[in-house]
Amino acid sequence: MWQYEKKLQYPVRVKNPNPKYAQIIISQYGGPDGELGASMRYLTQRYSMPYDDVKATLTDIGTEELAHMEMICALVYQLTKNLSKEEIVKSGFDKYFVDHTTGVYPIAASSLPWRAEYIAAKGDILADLHEDLAAEQKARVTYDNLIRLIDDPDVLDPLRFLREREIVHYQRFGEALRRTTDRLDSKNFYACNPSFDKNCGK
Amino acid sequence: MMSEKQQAMKKIHAIDFAIHELVLFADTHPESKKAMELMRKYKSAKKAAVKDYENKFGKYICKVSDVPLDTETFTWIDSPWPWETEE
Repeated sequence: MWQYEKKLQYPVRVKNPNPKYAQIIISQYGGPDGELGASMRYLTQRYSMPYDDVKATLTDIGTEELAHMEMICALVYQLTKNLSKEEIVKSGFDKYFVDHTTGVYPIAASSLPWRAEYIAAKGDILADLHEDLAAEQKARVTYDNLIRLIDDPDVLDPLRFLREREIVHYQRFGEALRRTTDRLDSKNFYACNPSFDKNCGK
Repeated sequence: MMSEKQQAMKKIHAIDFAIHELVLFADTHPESKKAMELMRKYKSAKKAAVKDYENKFGKYICKVSDVPLDTETFTWIDSPWPWETEE
């Protein structure tokens, strides 16, 4: 189960609304490499994991991703507050606004709605951990791209924090992968699937 | 500018973050004595920071179980919620 902590993992305090920024940052909520997908991916993959350290890593990183989703949604919420009709039309936010007003709906910057396909769960520890390593790198690149496009220091500060977290998670997944292969047949990691075959690696 | 209360809160949250970071590290280094030692250190630092906060500003509320239940109304619902900026 989960219990809510009434705080953000890292503060988000935006003084100047900017719907243009909101429209690109929203990709880290509902986009292919966003925090919603990351959280659901790790929390879903846990169930087929054979090793305790990997179960713990996926649970704890998956939980942190929920906190990142909350930070991204806080950014989108604050960037779309108190907008005038002119600001909505001029920034191109009108296309989102007509369907969702200023509700925070999970879509990519391209407007593609969030898809369950982002939850990759192959049921094979090597495939899943490689997916997770790639996912962290892709999320890191998305933050790099956002940081290139944004000038407001209030927005950049939490984005830089989130970018750093991708790098830390990549590191932890790399260690989980190494600890996994250490338990497998060094001559053939693929001889069996420890997520499925009962005596694999034993 | 951050108020003294916000500063005290920030200190607690920073310690929470350090503990979380150590938890992730210990997940893939469960044999690390150093990680456990640091977790103990930060856990006691958290206790001290919460105590310091509560001496100055009253009950520190983060989880619903922290909320005092001898009040007129249920204060868990009170704004600001984390995504809101104080106005």
